[in-house]
Amino acid sequence: MRAERRRFATPRKTSPAGYPFHSHPGSTVHIFSTIIEAFPYILEGTLVTVVLVAGALSLGFCLGVPMAVTQVYAPKPAAMLVSFYVWFFRGVPVLLLLFLFYYGLFGLMGLDIGTIGASCIVLGMTSAAYQSQIFRGAILSLPAGQLKAGRALGMTDLQTIRHVILPQALRLSIPGWSNEYSILLKDSAMCFALGTPEIMARTHFVASRTYEHLPLYITAGLLYFAITMAGVTLLRRLERKARIPGYSNSGM
Amino acid sequence: MNAQQNDTPILRAEHFTKYLTGRKILDDCSISMRPGDVKVLIGPSGAGKSTFLQCINCLLEPDAGEIWLGERKVDFKNTRELYDLRQHVGMIFQEFNLFDHLSAERNVALALRKVRGMSKADALQRAHVELARVGLEDKAKLFPAQLSGGQKQRVAIARALAMDPTILLLDEPTSALDPELVGEVLTVIRDLAAHGMPMIMVTHQMEFARAVATEILFMEAGRVIEQGSPEELLAPGAQTRTQDFCTRLYELCGDVDSAQESRN
Repeated sequence: MRAERRRFATPRKTSPAGYPFHSHPGSTVHIFSTIIEAFPYILEGTLVTVVLVAGALSLGFCLGVPMAVTQVYAPKPAAMLVSFYVWFFRGVPVLLLLFLFYYGLFGLMGLDIGTIGASCIVLGMTSAAYQSQIFRGAILSLPAGQLKAGRALGMTDLQTIRHVILPQALRLSIPGWSNEYSILLKDSAMCFALGTPEIMARTHFVASRTYEHLPLYITAGLLYFAITMAGVTLLRRLERKARIPGYSNSGM
Repeated sequence: MNAQQNDTPILRAEHFTKYLTGRKILDDCSISMRPGDVKVLIGPSGAGKSTFLQCINCLLEPDAGEIWLGERKVDFKNTRELYDLRQHVGMIFQEFNLFDHLSAERNVALALRKVRGMSKADALQRAHVELARVGLEDKAKLFPAQLSGGQKQRVAIARALAMDPTILLLDEPTSALDPELVGEVLTVIRDLAAHGMPMIMVTHQMEFARAVATEILFMEAGRVIEQGSPEELLAPGAQTRTQDFCTRLYELCGDVDSAQESRN
């Protein structure tokens, strides 16, 4: 970060080599030179954002699936525990959760996992709350006969859930999950408040030193847009690939 | 299966009582199955026929009653004994309940692999044998959504048979089928009966019941109120509730084979 600070310390007083005109903030030349110079730096932030979101989604998935199963099938006390978790993480702003965990709980627990790790875990736990409800809805939408059929064959409930219920429920969850992906991606911008070096933080950093707010934030916006599109397109493809032959998923 | 004495029941369900949402659905119902028995449960809608059937393999746990597998009483509170009971008792549902995400062969193979611990290759091989038995060897790779109702029900029968059940429960196996598809499923069931597979069947196909059943149980309001061979209960002038019920089915639809249509 220190090296970057020097690079973007102040708007250049002298024109960089190769630039014919003296540039100052707001001039076309300054806008382009700033973006070109800042782009690799912000692109690195894109990598951080992608890692952050991938990590958070994975954590959310790994927690969300068992949570959904618990909420639907487990005895009441366990199901209520999950309900409480969901209620908490859905009821508190992500920004507050980030501060609560990073400055509060993680510190208290003596956990030093850095800003990226902390952001990943907080976003992941939040996403788990939302994802569990996507999966729960999908499980509940399956006909009751599926579980009955598994039981009638002598399979244990866990086997039936694992091999009959979840393969179908997860397929049905893909559209909702794609929604969660795009929301989480944009929520990840809030991690800049912890100083997590992702797209938003880096853009903010460059903008505050070069005063090229508009073009820089447009660039950052386009990056978010591109990642969203890429992810949603990929999930669309997965949805088509996972479609059950002969089964109409179109709702028509 | 070991050869059993003809007088030892292979399965007994005794004094079943079941409450659902505070209402008494089953009231002291019993049934006893000997090798080769085909028993048909009939009765008006809401009589508790399906509930009785689902209590026998504990898909619904009876509030009171005992289940005996041969000489052994099943403690269905014990999950191991419960799963064991369900392996011995195959079940066919009105709505087929095939696993929609698996092809026909995998529908049959799944429980073989997970419950019996068979290898994938062995399970699929067994699945093909069972599918051939119901005349569907050429449909093994198709998914449920690509099969007709009759074919789906035959896959469901193959799936149940693959577990080598001691007894088969059939819950209105043809009621969700188009009339022209009923025949193919009944043919398979008739064939099973001819090979001595013990069955308890809920059905409105009276002609079929009369031809195949060794005993008819007539249920009403959660009780078995009449019980006997088709010849006894349906003899001309027998004056039984069973006969009365069947006559009404006749009057409603003109012929018995379309009796199930009147339900839809």
